[in-house]
Amino acid sequence: METFVQVLIDGMLNGMVYALVAAGLCLIWGVMDVINFAHGEYLMVAMYVSYWLGFLLKVDPLLSVVAAGVFIFILGAVTYQLIIRYTIGRPGLVALLATFGLAVFLKNLCMNWFSPNFLILSDTWLGDKTLQLGNIIFPVPQLVAALLALVVIGLIYAMINTTRFGWAIQATALDRDAAELMGINTERIYLVIFGIGGACVGIAGGIMPSYLAVHPEVGSMFGLIAFVCVAMGGFGSIPGAFLAGLLVGSVEALAGFYIAPVFKYIAVFGLYLTVVFLRPKGIFGW
Amino acid sequence: MQHKGIHKKDAYWLGFIALLTMLPMVPAVTANSFHMHVVILILLFASMSQAWNIIGGYCGQVSFGHSVFFGIGAYGAGMAVVTYGGMPWPGILIGVVLAAVVAVVISYPCFKLSGHYFAIATFAIVEIFHRTFLVWDWVGGALGLDYPLVKEGLTNLMWYDTKTGYYYCALVLFLLIFGTVRWLEGHRFGYYMRAVREGQETAESLGVNSTVVKLAAIALSAALTALCGAFFAQYNLRVDTPMVMSLDMSMKFVLITVLGGSGTLVGPLLGAAVLIPLQEYTRAFWGGMGGGVDLIIFGLLIILMVVKQPAGMIGIFYAVRKRILKRNIAAKGESADGAP
Amino acid sequence: MALLDVRDVTMKFGELVANDRVSFTVESGSIVGLIGPNGAGKTTLFNCVTGFLKPTGGAIIFDGADITGYTPYQIARLGAVRTFQVVRPLKEMTVFDNVLVGAFLKTSDNREAFARAAECIEICNLESLQEKPAGELSIGGKKRLELARALATRPKLLMLDEVMAGMTSTEVKVSVEVILRLREGGITLMIVEHVMEGIMPIADKMVVLDGGVKIAEDAPDRIINDESVIEAYLGAKYAQRFKARKEGGLIG
Repeated sequence: METFVQVLIDGMLNGMVYALVAAGLCLIWGVMDVINFAHGEYLMVAMYVSYWLGFLLKVDPLLSVVAAGVFIFILGAVTYQLIIRYTIGRPGLVALLATFGLAVFLKNLCMNWFSPNFLILSDTWLGDKTLQLGNIIFPVPQLVAALLALVVIGLIYAMINTTRFGWAIQATALDRDAAELMGINTERIYLVIFGIGGACVGIAGGIMPSYLAVHPEVGSMFGLIAFVCVAMGGFGSIPGAFLAGLLVGSVEALAGFYIAPVFKYIAVFGLYLTVVFLRPKGIFGW
Repeated sequence: MQHKGIHKKDAYWLGFIALLTMLPMVPAVTANSFHMHVVILILLFASMSQAWNIIGGYCGQVSFGHSVFFGIGAYGAGMAVVTYGGMPWPGILIGVVLAAVVAVVISYPCFKLSGHYFAIATFAIVEIFHRTFLVWDWVGGALGLDYPLVKEGLTNLMWYDTKTGYYYCALVLFLLIFGTVRWLEGHRFGYYMRAVREGQETAESLGVNSTVVKLAAIALSAALTALCGAFFAQYNLRVDTPMVMSLDMSMKFVLITVLGGSGTLVGPLLGAAVLIPLQEYTRAFWGGMGGGVDLIIFGLLIILMVVKQPAGMIGIFYAVRKRILKRNIAAKGESADGAP
Repeated sequence: MALLDVRDVTMKFGELVANDRVSFTVESGSIVGLIGPNGAGKTTLFNCVTGFLKPTGGAIIFDGADITGYTPYQIARLGAVRTFQVVRPLKEMTVFDNVLVGAFLKTSDNREAFARAAECIEICNLESLQEKPAGELSIGGKKRLELARALATRPKLLMLDEVMAGMTSTEVKVSVEVILRLREGGITLMIVEHVMEGIMPIADKMVVLDGGVKIAEDAPDRIINDESVIEAYLGAKYAQRFKARKEGGLIG
């Protein structure tokens, strides 16, 4: 039983980070109906930002989070200006393939500049610290990352539901033309949404070098898992994506521990298929 | 009426095929085995993409799962040769049939999903197959299957000295798949596929069972894809999961077709004729420079093409032709105005 | 025997009753008009008959077979084919290819299908547009395409959902001619219309819906004098005026 709880907690901590990565994607999907295939590569870039700040300037990932968030916000906005803007209103495949091109570009650029080697940041503040509560052990870096994820998701959810800007986002998501007629600059909303979506994954990527090695392929799996979380949660539903993130994290950890490590992703993708075959629009979808 | 008889286009195709048949007789091409390799890959990837085009382009169901069928075909051939030490042919046949069956079984529930949910489901299926095959010892697991040295020729579908044998095999594959699609284009099933793509409810109101059309299309598409996979295994003399059953491989089917022009007969060939040389020559040229340069260019090109010309290269072709026609008309108009 | 027999069809969406025990028949070889004010439940009933909705109660008998709960394509294959009120061209296919899809229902032979498609294109005056992508047609053209496409399937019963709505009066005249020609060719027609003027002169029978209930089923000349119909359709005020005028000998 204790082992089960321990494994479950490890999975949920991971799951919250998945949820944060997914929340960014979810926002973009919900408002713009675009799948950003380069989302995982944003995460990878953010990890490199945090890594190099730590390696060259001795900035701890805990502080680099801000820089990584801002950096990916800008990257997202630039992506929107240069690519996504031209794909709005076209079939969904267009944006997906264009961002796939971006993913290939970013991944290989990092490969070319930083080599395919695994880069590990040593001597971070959180390092290998653990926190023991009874018989349950919490790895501190994952715990902090999960809490950070929780806070950021909460802030985004609050922003969408309580601020004027959030209402403008909701209006744009519901009906772009109508929102435009109401005097909302939907072009700017899209730009900022892509930026915020990027910032979410930037923050997640910023903290990760505290406990994960950085390499050009690291983002791909996170990207796929984020797609799965968003689709499983249901079209643009942030609570849905959050719940799906926790579920995916738990299933991944349990399958990895109780079956075999190689089965963890098989279980995750199998879970996705099971959910959408039963509810074709996801858990919270309509 | 233009709906009957042999099109002018078909005549161009026949001429083009005749040229392809005679290509190995040009010494300059055969002498450089790298050029030969590139041409074979163009034919192979054009064929694969055309097979995808059946379900993705004509029938409008954008699948990112085709590397599963490609892999099944490759493993069919590979296991027949490596695991069972025989000829590849029975394995190819089993692979082709199995791919069609798997396609129908996994697509039946997937076709109920819409838009992004469908796309992500096909990603998920590729990942499940990829990871399962990686740990499945019977199919060679993570090590993959390495071909033994056997007698070359058509019985074993292997050649070592020259690539001419492979070239003609690729050409046959190309003719088979392009011929199939050309035939479909002009017959009931082809019209039904396009009708389902353009409007499922409308098609149903005209008596089309859209579920059956989609399942038949994916079965055919998967079977032809598996055939390409088998050739790929025979050509590389090796099968492993990352090579044949990965998401990257799946994306190639889609990219080549979309770049060339999805839902058109010539699109997959155009796409392959541009992307494959780009991939192979940049890799040969810049491969040493820390890696990835070919893919950096590849990525940029994809972005540019998709954003600027979503109808694909065939779209550019039509746009240019339109402009020339317009200019001709304008020129005629001016001279007419200038006349007293 | 009636070609189409609608028996007590009820369609509920949750609490909302769109059709309440509607019954009527369509005799073979006739033209039946299904009319009613906006929201009367015409299109819902139409969707039930064509299989796009599954009625919550009642039965639909077509050509002697119970087709309740059949899918749209099964119903179309039996020979009951519809058009859509909101036109649905297969946009990127040419007009000819659109019609061809319909023509392939009864034959897989190319020559036969091409001939049938060409014939239907001619009937609906689409020859000059046949090589155009269907998405580029005007609304009137698209309506004619809907008709041609359905016709190409060689239906026994052709069900038209507001084909005349939004047409100019000349276009209405042409459509009426086409419909009459089809009837001569042996096709039975059920026509849903919001506007009465096009259909009144050609229908053998009118079925009137109001608030999801059938309020009348009779020949057009009697329907036009039916008080409940006039009231439902034109409002109580007009009904009174109509009555007054009739009593004054101005009409009839």
